[in-house]
Amino acid sequence: MKKNLIIKVIIILLYGCFLAWSFFTDFTPGIKIGKTFSHFLSDMVSIIPCVFILLGLFEVWVKRETVEKHLGEKSSFLSYLWVILLAGTTVGGLYLAFPVAYTIYKKGARLSVIFTYIGASAVCRIPMTTFEASFLGLKFTLVRLLVSIPLIIISSLIMEKFLAGRNFEIKEG
Amino acid sequence: MKILFILTAACVIASFVKDRKKTKQAFKKAFKKFEKMVPPFFTMIIAISIVLYFLSDEALLKILDNDNRLLSVILASLLGSVSFMPGFITYPLCGLLLQKGVTYTVLSAFTTTLMMVGVLTYPVEKAYFGNRVTIIRNLAGFATALIVALATGLVFGELMQ
Repeated sequence: MKKNLIIKVIIILLYGCFLAWSFFTDFTPGIKIGKTFSHFLSDMVSIIPCVFILLGLFEVWVKRETVEKHLGEKSSFLSYLWVILLAGTTVGGLYLAFPVAYTIYKKGARLSVIFTYIGASAVCRIPMTTFEASFLGLKFTLVRLLVSIPLIIISSLIMEKFLAGRNFEIKEG
Repeated sequence: MKILFILTAACVIASFVKDRKKTKQAFKKAFKKFEKMVPPFFTMIIAISIVLYFLSDEALLKILDNDNRLLSVILASLLGSVSFMPGFITYPLCGLLLQKGVTYTVLSAFTTTLMMVGVLTYPVEKAYFGNRVTIIRNLAGFATALIVALATGLVFGELMQ
């Protein structure tokens, strides 16, 4: 564990030095890499805190029974529709779907529902989808959505079965 | 973006008016979750910034505009799996690739794996769901993406040519 941490710190330091050196010497590849890095870093200080504050509020205000009833083991097939709609509003990137999925799982949602949520946030975030349709055509986007969503639900159910058969539980990481 | 800020502010204010203590608690929980996300997030964005540099428009065009259709679909799905791009870079780029003659099938394989399979988001996903789930989910995503690409090829009549 400790060794890993030291390696990580060294890598981050080297990376930082490389970026700083690139800026001082006008080394184009380094500047390009730095720009991408700072783009994502700006997410970190704008979008991400908002998402986590909303998750915190969700945790204290929403009752466990409510989540269990609509997204839990005994919920109807509609639960998949709810999480797909929720996924449509995902902001940032897929990486932000993970803490959201984790939070609703901890509140009693079933595994297949959270897998569907993650899959759907990958393929049908609304801003991204409209962007896609404008560059690649509506037909392309429709095919992608109509084929991927049923597959996501089916594979989520299979994964749930597979993991449940092995007494799986997501531990507090 | 703006909507997110307004929504968050509105929720915080409503919560604060209703119950100060609970709101404080929510912030504590939010901070704890945020803290957990920071290290894997850093690993992720360092990796992304390096990979994106090597995936220039020209490099992608060279790889994806291949006469061997099967090979280009396989390469597209592998490239999509190991990279991560925000939508505002991906789609204009795909529009450009389309104009240069890259097929819809290949673009579908590329964009779908790009979205569903995350080798670069692996540190973040692992932090929440552990190794095994992360690997299984990504494999399922990869299979889904291949089927989607196949369906796209059928619909656009690119498979029979």
